[in-house]
Amino acid sequence: MRGGPSGGARRRAGLSMAAERKTKLSKNLLRMKFMQRGLDSETKKQLEEEEKKIISEEHWYLDLPELKEKESFIIEEQSFLLCEDLLYGRMSFRGFNPEVEKLMLQMNAKNKEEVVEDETVELDVSDEEMARRYETLVGTIGKKFAKKRDRANYEEDENGDIKPVKAKKMFLKPQD
Amino acid sequence: MAEAAGVAAEFFASNRARAARAVLDQVVLPGEELLLPEQEDGEGPGGAGERPLRLNAGARSRVRVVCGPGLRRCGDRLLVTKCGRLRHKEPGGGGGGVYWVDSQQKRYVPVKGDHVIGIVTAKSGDIFKVDVGGSEPASLSYLAFEGATKRNRPNVQVGDLIYGQFVVANKDMEPEMVCIDSCGRANGMGVIGQDGLLFKVTLGLIRKLLAPDCEILQEVGKLYPLEIVFGMNGRIWVKAKTIQQTLILANILEACEHMTADQRKQIFSRLAES
Repeated sequence: MRGGPSGGARRRAGLSMAAERKTKLSKNLLRMKFMQRGLDSETKKQLEEEEKKIISEEHWYLDLPELKEKESFIIEEQSFLLCEDLLYGRMSFRGFNPEVEKLMLQMNAKNKEEVVEDETVELDVSDEEMARRYETLVGTIGKKFAKKRDRANYEEDENGDIKPVKAKKMFLKPQD
Repeated sequence: MAEAAGVAAEFFASNRARAARAVLDQVVLPGEELLLPEQEDGEGPGGAGERPLRLNAGARSRVRVVCGPGLRRCGDRLLVTKCGRLRHKEPGGGGGGVYWVDSQQKRYVPVKGDHVIGIVTAKSGDIFKVDVGGSEPASLSYLAFEGATKRNRPNVQVGDLIYGQFVVANKDMEPEMVCIDSCGRANGMGVIGQDGLLFKVTLGLIRKLLAPDCEILQEVGKLYPLEIVFGMNGRIWVKAKTIQQTLILANILEACEHMTADQRKQIFSRLAES
């Protein structure tokens, strides 16, 4: 149940004409912060609504139809290179210009051998081997970045590997 | 010519888009509309009866098609802008392949990525103006050469021949050339050496000669030591040991455009004898 409006109307009806004239304050005054406390819920709501109306009216928007470019499945390309698999434009025959001849082989082979090349590419160092190698480095590099005081904690074990000593200083709670 | 006229009559009489599949390797005319295989539903001459049953009708329409030179996309429609034969290349992996028009023309329009031969016409501050045969000279920065720095300028004079590549080429802007690839290496681009002979041929002949299975070049290469540079703008630069050999070479390349395979064989055998 909303008692506000009906209650307010009853109250207003009971008031004398003079009193009504007295309470009629300007909107701008009513909107001020210190006036908010005394306002009843009805006028508050009215003010808020008016304010909202002003704000929405002042909002800018572009009066344009929505521009929606459909995703096209046709792609434009003005180059013949893509269409016809043309060769490289510099050529030399029978050793006239060895430099160009070398270049020719390299550039023209590119299109054909790309597929083959992918298969032949192999890792020189396997991931596992790499990880194993770096394992031993952890201590050495760690020592480099350790402070002088902590450096004593790094000790060489029987393999010659440097490892941090595990003993850590920590707070010991006294027993009482 | 008779074929083209027939096609024109047919096209203007029917005034209907033809299916791209149906006119492969046939003459198409500017203004004509082509239908891609996905758009053929009921419109094409094949009709609904010939079409095989499609299981994935929805997925089919998303196939990407590349339209090359001579074709233009207009919304969802594919329009022809040049007169010539329609060609198609099957895609390597997925997609709808490439369609383009194999046309005969002499006027060059710069295209991004094309390798061309240009002539340096002016040196102004830090750029060279290069005549490439287009509607406007291309600009070439002096820093766009291999190993060039602000201190170490490349030795390029007015009148030199430049083999380079377009990085900017569109209808609204001045074309721009470079003589290095994306890694900063020359890869054969830059100033073309001294001497030699530069001549112009049609753009179609350049493409014919640069095709991977071109017999003409294989034959030419057997004659005597020589060097050739092909520019996609229709310019060819040739050089051999003597002036006479250079001239013979230029004449062969120019003449072979309209020769049959038999005529070519005859000429090459005659040259081999002499």
